[in-house]
Amino acid sequence: MSAAPLLSSRGITKRFGGVQALSDIDFTINRGEIYGLIGPNGAGKTSLFNVLTGIYDADTGEFTFDGLPLLGLKPHEVAARGIARTFQNIRLFANLSALENVMIGRHVRTRAGVFGAIVRDAKTRAEERSIEKRAYELLAYVGISERANDLAKHLPYGDQRRLEIARALATEPKLLALDEPAAGMNATETAGLRKLLEDIRRDGTTILLIEHDMKLVMSVCDRVLVLDYGRKIAEGSAADVQKDVNVIAAYLGGEVTRDLKGAA
Amino acid sequence: MKDLLPIRNKSLTVWIGLALVGVALILLPLALSQIGTAWVRITNLAILFVLLALGLNIVVGFAGLLDLGYIAFYAVGAYVYALLASPHFNLHLPFWVILPIAAAVACFFGVILGAPTLKLRGDYLAIVTLGFGEIIRIFLNNLSQPINLTNGPQGITLIDPFRIGGFNFATNETFFGLSFTGPVKYYYMLILILLGVIAVNLRLQNSRIGRAWEAIREDEIAARAMGINTTRIKLLAFAMGASFGGISGGIFSATQGFVSPESFVLVESIMVLSMVVLGGMGNIWGVILGAVLLSFVPEVLRYTVEPVQRALFGRMLIEPEVIRMLLFGLALVLMMLYRPAGILPSAVRKRELETPQVKTT
Repeated sequence: MSAAPLLSSRGITKRFGGVQALSDIDFTINRGEIYGLIGPNGAGKTSLFNVLTGIYDADTGEFTFDGLPLLGLKPHEVAARGIARTFQNIRLFANLSALENVMIGRHVRTRAGVFGAIVRDAKTRAEERSIEKRAYELLAYVGISERANDLAKHLPYGDQRRLEIARALATEPKLLALDEPAAGMNATETAGLRKLLEDIRRDGTTILLIEHDMKLVMSVCDRVLVLDYGRKIAEGSAADVQKDVNVIAAYLGGEVTRDLKGAA
Repeated sequence: MKDLLPIRNKSLTVWIGLALVGVALILLPLALSQIGTAWVRITNLAILFVLLALGLNIVVGFAGLLDLGYIAFYAVGAYVYALLASPHFNLHLPFWVILPIAAAVACFFGVILGAPTLKLRGDYLAIVTLGFGEIIRIFLNNLSQPINLTNGPQGITLIDPFRIGGFNFATNETFFGLSFTGPVKYYYMLILILLGVIAVNLRLQNSRIGRAWEAIREDEIAARAMGINTTRIKLLAFAMGASFGGISGGIFSATQGFVSPESFVLVESIMVLSMVVLGGMGNIWGVILGAVLLSFVPEVLRYTVEPVQRALFGRMLIEPEVIRMLLFGLALVLMMLYRPAGILPSAVRKRELETPQVKTT
């Protein structure tokens, strides 16, 4: 592991028709960090995720991930490079079991093709066993092993979020990108999620976290990037960002800015 | 779905059941021959339709891609066999050489259809595949000029039957005092092929590839984000489905001895799709049941409606064809009302359609 950042973004810009979704976004994420990405609704957080994971192409700018350029790759290639994500509006394979969901996450790290599937040679069988074993391990890791055979859509909301994380972890990501994992969770569930995030970081996966729950962001994130109207308005430690006048203005409204600036 | 896989874990009763089914399958054609060889032919055609339905099930049931032109691959396989084993080009290759070629050519056409339609879903994909099916048929109809490739609407005749050395599948033979007609011999061959195809399907379903197909059916964007190369995996579904269609087509050619474009009209595609949907999309056993029912019921009607009416009323009141369509319509309505997921729904499809149950744990 080098000291070079895991992910660096330079001048990422994305425009949808007349809407400037992202303008000139620069940031770096260091290895082993939990990096927060916050901003009011419509600030461009999810757009940034989509550009990062190859669902959209950026208009200009570049990402360097783990020493290599990232842009222009398709989503499955991004996943193969080691970025896994969850979705703001949960996108599980609803009619498959929790276990199958996680097993599908192993797809990108396994090799068996049609031939292996039909012939079922020793290698394929060993691979199938390892996929299943790893899937059970991950379900236990996120704390929903007793749900293995339930359909994803029948899981309680908080467990669905956890299952999405388990599925993403199954791809062996270097960077785990979570889009509002605490949305809709109650205080207990959020506390559990916080512990899970810390476990994941401890076990060596860097985390990029979009979140509206400021308590969670402030308590787990090492550094935070704040977007507003597609622009980066602040970056720094959670404590610093909280005090930033631009951030306060973005969250509370423009009028307050002048007042605060006058007061300062 | 999972419990279909490890047959070795099944109990003794299941083994006895399987053995009985096996014996029944072996004796079936001999019993049918007593009624008439026509019934053996009908059974063989039903098995061909089961093969077709299983192939289409990969595309529609597993990967969730609606294909309304599936019969085109059957046509491609049939013509490949016809051209390579008939006096038309004076080629007479053995069937074990042709069937892999038929599968490969159909597979190639599957990719040709799949590649430009990868971004389409649902209705749009259905329309393009429907068009594709018609294009293939019209090509077969018109490729008699400038060089006579397909002999146009007259079709190709005198197609070779299957032969292994001196053993000809089309002739009668007597073993141990039992007479084996051509159709009976084909029946045994078809059953063997069918068992192989079922095994391949079961294994595909419970594999890394099968899971990827299901992932695409469930949520394509999530599947891509999880590292599934959706382009490749969808093409694979088209290619695999088409190959099965091609093999079935080749066998069809050999058993009939004659092919013409008329056998590959849109209604046939719809019929195969109905088999998949009626039996239970995504469930291999359901699809087999659907195909068997839809192949046999019309034939049974054809042979029973007239005598029954003559016995009851002294004359024929309603044509068998009319009754067939009536029953077909009635069956569709009843299915939609009572078993929308098919007669034997796949576990997945059943879950989709059932109302979510409140868990009391």
